[in-house]
Amino acid sequence: MSEYLILIYGDERAYAATDDAFNLQLMEAHNRFSEQIAEQGGKMVGGNALMPTGTATTVRGDVVTDGPFVETKEALGGYYLIDANDLDQALAIAKLCPAPFGGVEVRPIMSFPEE
Amino acid sequence: MTAEADEPADVEAAVADAHRREWGFVLAATVRVAGSVDLAEECVQDAYGAALDTWRRQGVPRSPGAWLTTTARRRALDVLRREQTLRRKLPLLAEPGVTPGADEAMVDQEGEVITDERLRLVFTCCHPALAREAQVALTLRLLCGLTTAEIAAAFLVPEPTMAARVTRAKKKIAAAHIPYRVPGTTELPDRLDAVLTVLHLVFTTGHAAPAGADLVRTDLVARALDLGRVLHALMGDEPEVRGLLALMLLTDSRRDTRVDAAGRLVLLADQDRDRWDQAQVLEGLALVHDLHHSRVGRFGLQAAIAAEHAVSPSYAETRWGRVVALYDALLREWPSPVVELNRAVALAEVAGPEVALAEVDRLTADGRLAGYRYLPATRADLLRRLGRDAEAASSYDEALTLTDNEAERAFLTRRRDDARRR
Repeated sequence: MSEYLILIYGDERAYAATDDAFNLQLMEAHNRFSEQIAEQGGKMVGGNALMPTGTATTVRGDVVTDGPFVETKEALGGYYLIDANDLDQALAIAKLCPAPFGGVEVRPIMSFPEE
Repeated sequence: MTAEADEPADVEAAVADAHRREWGFVLAATVRVAGSVDLAEECVQDAYGAALDTWRRQGVPRSPGAWLTTTARRRALDVLRREQTLRRKLPLLAEPGVTPGADEAMVDQEGEVITDERLRLVFTCCHPALAREAQVALTLRLLCGLTTAEIAAAFLVPEPTMAARVTRAKKKIAAAHIPYRVPGTTELPDRLDAVLTVLHLVFTTGHAAPAGADLVRTDLVARALDLGRVLHALMGDEPEVRGLLALMLLTDSRRDTRVDAAGRLVLLADQDRDRWDQAQVLEGLALVHDLHHSRVGRFGLQAAIAAEHAVSPSYAETRWGRVVALYDALLREWPSPVVELNRAVALAEVAGPEVALAEVDRLTADGRLAGYRYLPATRADLLRRLGRDAEAASSYDEALTLTDNEAERAFLTRRRDDARRR
């Protein structure tokens, strides 16, 4: 098994404009997704939703600035860390991940040879 | 093994031949053992080097591919034993399950059957997580054994750029764990389409080289045909695999007649059909014939169009109505402005150049084919046939700005000058 990070990107303004019913549905979709990971043969290692980029603070060296590292229309809004057999399985899982206002990026976790 | 040592020149020829024929087979079988493309490539390279030496002393083995596979796999195992820590983390995952079969089983020195793993390799090379240009480069490199320099030259890319492209793709295969596996039935149609698209791209790049002195890059055409045959041997049940092989054979059968003795372009209408390669035509037609029993996809339909030309005694006697109908079916299967342009060419023969020109003008206005050299070239030809010479000349000029192929340039220049003189 290998670990993959599923990064959820989306338009923050679209998220901000949603109503309660939509948010409830989205929450349910995420709950269902964690079950679907196992159904696909993978394993959820962890995951979180992030507060919007308006709350982000960037630090480069000693300089602290208000805002995200890179300003983009579709910002990182959450992630899942999963365990999968290979990229095909990870992509099959990623296709099920709710991302109503954008999409997801799949990144393999770097592994280091054990001593 | 043959009893006595062979002549050095014969051995060199045998190694070169084995490189051309067996590289993909040997590499694919070695990847299974090595677990990584990089290690497998190294070991296969070494095996070819050892072959030169050993075959000189012991003679060329009866099955060079089996000898090379055994040698490369042994080297891979040696390396892996030495680097036990790496072995725990095999970057490429070979999964049991679908075992591709080959018509002729290859047997190694110990009498064990070596499975043909080339399908796994081609599906890994053409994985959707890799960019199309990387898929093409990897396929030529790993399945055909082309060097980075050769691939760079074929696609008019600086060698360092191509080297970086190949390295990056191989790194991604290892790091992201792109599997070494033939996809299951649900994914297969999409995944196979990517493989066929890559093969077709190699073929078309060779068939009408975008630049250079020759119209045809025979090396690329030959590689695409080789791979098409390998796929057909391993997945002959797939209609689109048959369709693509048929399309390539029927298209390539006209190769010798597409330029005249002076290297000038000859259009389909003026080609000497007696000189079309009959062996290729027959092989292609047989494959198209088989297609009638299955659902035909975009490659099968293109092959059927090529077959219409192949069976027609002359351009004028072509069943143009059927050709247009096949283009209509192709457009439903594969909506593409390039197909619309080709349909317009056939339509000119059924409904006249004026009707076809209206289609071409609509395509020009819609902009999706901006920069496509055959759009102004087709428009110019239709205008020429309608006697609108001044407009034809300026369309030829426009086409000339879009091609660097010498044979095509000479043809377009000649046509433009004719139009200006009239």
